[in-house]
Amino acid sequence: MAQAPAAEMETKWWSGGKSPFNVEYGKLMMWYFLMSDAFTFGAFLISYGTIRFSQNFWPDPNKVFNAFPLAGHANLPLAFVSLMTFILIVSSVTMVLAVHAGHHNDKKSVIKWMIWTIIGGIAFLACQAWEWTHLITGDHAVMVNGVVEHIGTTVTRNPWGPEVAGAMHDGHHLTTTGPVAFGGYFFGITGFHGFHVLSGVVINIIMLIMTINGVFEKRGHYLMIEKAGLYWHFVDLVWVFVFLCFYLI
Amino acid sequence: MSIEHTTTVQESASLASTHDHHDGHHEHHHEESFISKYVFSQDHKMIAKQFLITGMIWAVIGGLFSVLFRLQLGYPEMSFPILEDLFGKWAAGGRISNEFYYALVTMHGTILVFFVLTAGLSGTFANFLIPLQIGARDMASPMLNMLSYWFFFLASIIMFASMFIQTGPASGGWTIYPPLSALGQASEGSKLGMDYWLVSMAMFIVSSLLGGLNYISTILNMRTKGMTMTRLPLTIWALFFTAVLGVLSFPVLLSGAILLLFDRNLGTSFYLSEIVVKGEILPNEGGSAILFQHLFWFLGHPEVYIILLPALGMVSEILSVNSRKPIFGYLAMVGSLFAIAILAFLVWAHHMFVTGLNPFLGAFFVLLTLLIAVPSAIKVFNWLTTLWRGNLRFTPGMLFAIGFVSLFISGGLTGIFLGNSTLDIHLHDTYFVVAHFHIVMGVASMFGMFAGVYHWYPKMYGRYMNNTLAYIHFWVSLIGAYLIFWPMHYQGLAGMPRRYTDFSNWESFKQFGEMNRFISTVAMIVFVVQLLFIFNFFYSIWKGRKVTTQNPWGANTLEWTTPVRPGHGNWPGEIPEVHRWAYDYGKDGRDFIPQTEKISDSESKH
Repeated sequence: MAQAPAAEMETKWWSGGKSPFNVEYGKLMMWYFLMSDAFTFGAFLISYGTIRFSQNFWPDPNKVFNAFPLAGHANLPLAFVSLMTFILIVSSVTMVLAVHAGHHNDKKSVIKWMIWTIIGGIAFLACQAWEWTHLITGDHAVMVNGVVEHIGTTVTRNPWGPEVAGAMHDGHHLTTTGPVAFGGYFFGITGFHGFHVLSGVVINIIMLIMTINGVFEKRGHYLMIEKAGLYWHFVDLVWVFVFLCFYLI
Repeated sequence: MSIEHTTTVQESASLASTHDHHDGHHEHHHEESFISKYVFSQDHKMIAKQFLITGMIWAVIGGLFSVLFRLQLGYPEMSFPILEDLFGKWAAGGRISNEFYYALVTMHGTILVFFVLTAGLSGTFANFLIPLQIGARDMASPMLNMLSYWFFFLASIIMFASMFIQTGPASGGWTIYPPLSALGQASEGSKLGMDYWLVSMAMFIVSSLLGGLNYISTILNMRTKGMTMTRLPLTIWALFFTAVLGVLSFPVLLSGAILLLFDRNLGTSFYLSEIVVKGEILPNEGGSAILFQHLFWFLGHPEVYIILLPALGMVSEILSVNSRKPIFGYLAMVGSLFAIAILAFLVWAHHMFVTGLNPFLGAFFVLLTLLIAVPSAIKVFNWLTTLWRGNLRFTPGMLFAIGFVSLFISGGLTGIFLGNSTLDIHLHDTYFVVAHFHIVMGVASMFGMFAGVYHWYPKMYGRYMNNTLAYIHFWVSLIGAYLIFWPMHYQGLAGMPRRYTDFSNWESFKQFGEMNRFISTVAMIVFVVQLLFIFNFFYSIWKGRKVTTQNPWGANTLEWTTPVRPGHGNWPGEIPEVHRWAYDYGKDGRDFIPQTEKISDSESKH
């Protein structure tokens, strides 16, 4: 053990006997898991892009996503999704504060910020539930084979096709049915993301309970909170891409 | 000791505590119950054996399926009443029905590719060798490692169950291309069996992910003192790249499978557009079947390297040990593994040359595909130069390793034919393709696996396998493999297509009737010889010749510094420190110098 001078060994991170990144294995595994998960989402989003650009027509997000709870028929394009996004980003901020408190072994603050993060996650999921319900149940008049029908947005049909020239219904332009792929990808990808948020909330609740029970206090570190944080930020980051692909472009 | 302390100070407190946890493992030898030792074991060596034996059971099932459909191909006009006794309506009149034939080939492919050569091969040897060869007490997370096996077990149960449902298992080919696989009304095998297949694969992906994350973090984080990356045995490098490939490619298959499940069960149109089945016009529109092929082959191609790389690594190690010579071109070997791992992600569309892929795009995939010949040729050159003028010891493991090199060359050369998009117009979907991938990926990787089992069996069970049976196993398997697959090249060049149950009333191909019968006969003989291997394996666990020395092969790597039957924790005392690479054979007049031996004054540091 004394064959190499200390100064030389200090810089040799890859010489074995220690982690070359100076991280504990669980964190390393989390990073690789997130990389893997990024490929899952990447595959979804690339599939979506491929199909979307093979279509002649794609719905205008400003028209699809223009509702707000309790606002009746007011036209508020992207207002609600902006609120959802804001909530999720704020929950990432509270997560950062929880991790920060963990670094200082401040149990009380960890509990406080974890509760806020969980509330943020649940609020986001609630918003998503409202948005889905609104899309599925919100009927719109659509011209199908020369007949006016009222349909909502589902994975098999949606009312977001091009307008029928000259035809009006209740003072609105009458549309045809939109591309089937729109509903499939929208519900498929936001659903898969929502499933990730739900898992994140469950993980965060477990972390909260462990914190309250003093598990991490006994261990002397709050590494688990940090790892849950990594996952939470990732889910947040994925949302930014989902938001970009479905609502902005 | 003080120097050691200055280096560990940099590690966080938590890091030190996890090390303590692992180091403490061996000190309290509490009595383990049967359940915790053999069933829900967290010992990487036991988990490796669980993967191996589950893989062997699958190999027998998958191999038996190939015997059944070879029976049909070799003797299309004959009827075998016993088949009807065994399989009922699937073999009415003693003849294998078309649905049954497709179910058999689909399950054969699925089982061999995923359950045997992915879980059985890399699951076994990654688990067994990584902690032993890098000098660690166990995997980074023994718990997740255990879960990795049990998810594989769950996937196995679901896949196995799918064979017993009324409409049969998935039967659209192991690549499960939609629209066939997406529409239950299109075929029996696209009904419930297909859902089982998809759910089983989802479980399998979870298993592979848990395993892969563990392998990567163990190799990076838990190497013993002195084990720099360039001192790692080539097995570890190969298993490392395998794990990276798995972690990055399986999630894409997961996406593809989820979308397919939605198309099947929720009425979405991801892969479906403008289809008429049995006179019924389906409402689906706007989807793309080609999209599935892209998603599938983005996994599917790396998958063949996930299968092959562990074999490449083990063969390199076994060849060097049994040639009593250093591996030729260690860094070139690592570099070529790396090159193969990168290229694996950039060639998937060569499976899709004739699907209507833009020929201009195809040209790039041809170039990238043919580039794989470069690292492959480097590896072959290095193996041959390792063997060159070595003191060869023809142990069963060594024979299988040499057999692997032979198969890798033969099967690799036909890959150059197939990688060419122009030739592919003629060769795609013929027996030429079947011959190519069976030799280079199937049989070659099987040989790598056999080499590994024979070579590390003494470490696994503290006994040797029977040599005579092993030699019979080797020669019949090698000669048999060539006799089965070599003729298929000619059939393929003549245009004989895959996935047909009967060629006898086909004017162009009935000339191959005799050849098909020959292939089928050899296939049965080879199958029986594999049973001999299985007998040898289980017989030797209890009755094999005992290993009396710690290091029976005179090898340098760390697993041979453990006791003959290592307990949980691998080393009874301190984990040994490493001072040199793994390939100091025949150096300075000495037969071998273990990695744990310090560099002497007369040596330069490696």
